[in-house]
Amino acid sequence: MNAEIGKKKNVFFRRWEWYLVILIIFVNIVNVYLSPYYLNMTNLMDMTFNFMEKGFIVLIMAYIMISANIDISVASNIAMSSVVMSVLYQSGFNIWLAVLSGLCTGAAGGLLNGLIVTRFRLSSVVVTLGTYSLYRGISFLILGDKAVTKFPEGFSYVGQGYILNSPVPFQLVVFVVIAVLFILILHKTTFGRYVYSIGTNEEACRYSGVKVDRIKVILFTLSGFLSAFSGVFLTSRIGVSRPSIALNYELEIITIVVLGGVSMYGGKGTMAGVILALFLVGMLRYGLSLKNVPANMILIIIGLILICSAIIPNVVYGVRKRSEFRKEI
Amino acid sequence: MKNEGASEKVTARRRLFLKLTKFSEFGIFIFIVVLVIIVSLRSPYFFTLKNFNDILLDISILFIVATGQMLVILAKGLDLSVGAGVAFVGMVVALIVSNNWGIPPAVSILIGMGCGLVCGAFNGLIVSKGRVSPVITTLGTMSIFRGLAFVVSGGAWVDAVEMPESFKLIARGSILRIPNLIFFMILVFVLFYYFLNYTKTGRYIYAAGSNPAACRIIGVSVEKITLLTYAISGVLFGLGGVLWVSRYASAQSDSAMGFEFVTIAACVIGGVNIAGGSGTLPGLFLGVLLLGIIINALNLVRISPFLKLAFQGLVILIAVITNVIVEKRVLKTILSK
Repeated sequence: MNAEIGKKKNVFFRRWEWYLVILIIFVNIVNVYLSPYYLNMTNLMDMTFNFMEKGFIVLIMAYIMISANIDISVASNIAMSSVVMSVLYQSGFNIWLAVLSGLCTGAAGGLLNGLIVTRFRLSSVVVTLGTYSLYRGISFLILGDKAVTKFPEGFSYVGQGYILNSPVPFQLVVFVVIAVLFILILHKTTFGRYVYSIGTNEEACRYSGVKVDRIKVILFTLSGFLSAFSGVFLTSRIGVSRPSIALNYELEIITIVVLGGVSMYGGKGTMAGVILALFLVGMLRYGLSLKNVPANMILIIIGLILICSAIIPNVVYGVRKRSEFRKEI
Repeated sequence: MKNEGASEKVTARRRLFLKLTKFSEFGIFIFIVVLVIIVSLRSPYFFTLKNFNDILLDISILFIVATGQMLVILAKGLDLSVGAGVAFVGMVVALIVSNNWGIPPAVSILIGMGCGLVCGAFNGLIVSKGRVSPVITTLGTMSIFRGLAFVVSGGAWVDAVEMPESFKLIARGSILRIPNLIFFMILVFVLFYYFLNYTKTGRYIYAAGSNPAACRIIGVSVEKITLLTYAISGVLFGLGGVLWVSRYASAQSDSAMGFEFVTIAACVIGGVNIAGGSGTLPGLFLGVLLLGIIINALNLVRISPFLKLAFQGLVILIAVITNVIVEKRVLKTILSK
């Protein structure tokens, strides 16, 4: 009895999230060491600008990967919806109407992904690989090699503004609200449990009457919608929209989700881990740019983190299993 | 008596199945013929010997790299790093050659293939020993190779003037009046046709893709097969990288962007099952040929280059969807007979 309780406590502290917390503390210490201006409320708040747009998509990508799917088309979807939005604005639409149609474009893109995946029972990797180049291609078709740069004053508040006079960015507040919503839905509702069970055993889910296809379509549509949503923030923050916007974002988003402890094979992972990983990668990136590390070096580092964070749990699991096996003998 | 009837039924069924599977490749062939007729009507230049020579030259590198991709897909994997691999190996070889003009072309090809082998084996080890999903692994190595290509070159190009003539002749020369690129393509085709159909290991690749559990039970190491397929894919994209640099006579760190998608599209169009276990080399060749003809035709009919990317995506989607529909119909006819 006592041993069991001890074991449970052990399991709690063995959780992946604690490693992330330790890593975050470590990265922060290094950052403070690197720059005297790092530990400053305004700076810490401004730092979040760099990864909040990815954060919106990370939230839904966690859902999709927990259900053993993947959406590689998110960055292309950002580009497509951002381009549609800005072209509509340029042709004389009201800016908020243009934003709305951008959001609808993104949602439609996600819906198309979801419908193809569920209707034809195709692997989401192939389908979203196809739409990855399709959506990016569509944005190149619409805008070519041009860019839209002039946006109205009110629009730039979305991505650049602060709440009243405080140093808290508007973007961060929106993220916190959505993140709380996503945490509650995943961990406290039946829908969330269904997402896990689809990831663990889709066939069993179908037989027990879970509407697997409908849930998948909802997830992919939400992914498209949030991509467009993040596209609005990104366009507003950098004040420009062009077809090559958000290139390679999918890599970093998937890296963050995997680093957060979600397995590509589904059924595993928590929202807390994913959000911690988001902050970890964001802070690491910020630290690297403080040190003037070139963008291509950062690309390599992120690729390495992705692979390492996928390998380490497997290795740890293997070692633990072997030691347990030895004990049994 | 009863038994004989049953076995007769089985062979009849098998014959029908063989006919239908052959038909699915025949379908692509018909599609190609129709496309050729339509495009020839629009552009008289299309149906000339020179243009066909050009198309074959254009698709040869794609075919070589796509063969590696097909092996990986056959064993239930996916290699997203081939495009970045082509750029990285191409850059490394170009840098080596531009600094040592004396290197004979054959040696530079071997260096490229060796470099590709290391990259591919790295992928294979992580997938087989680290038990990481192929998508995650190769997505990671895609950015690593691409980043390395930038780092080794410092972002600069290696131009035509920096390469010796003999190196540029690798892709431009010809053997027995067959252009070298086409010669390499034929070589890869023959070699891998033999490997996949007439060697034990080749058949094990199919087995590992269609039923890994059964494979383990009969004592075939699925891990080794997986490692082998990634390594071969590495060698082939290494070869592709050398040919690429030699053909375009310049090495850039951002070349072959999106090439991985073209190779996957070629496999899917060529009837390779994306879930592993089935697909043939002649089918792949037809898939590559179809893509080559479409791109060539788009250029001849002068369609915006911006359309290319969207078009690639659309072709992948249409190909996988028709694949599923055809498969369902084939199954239905078999079951109803």
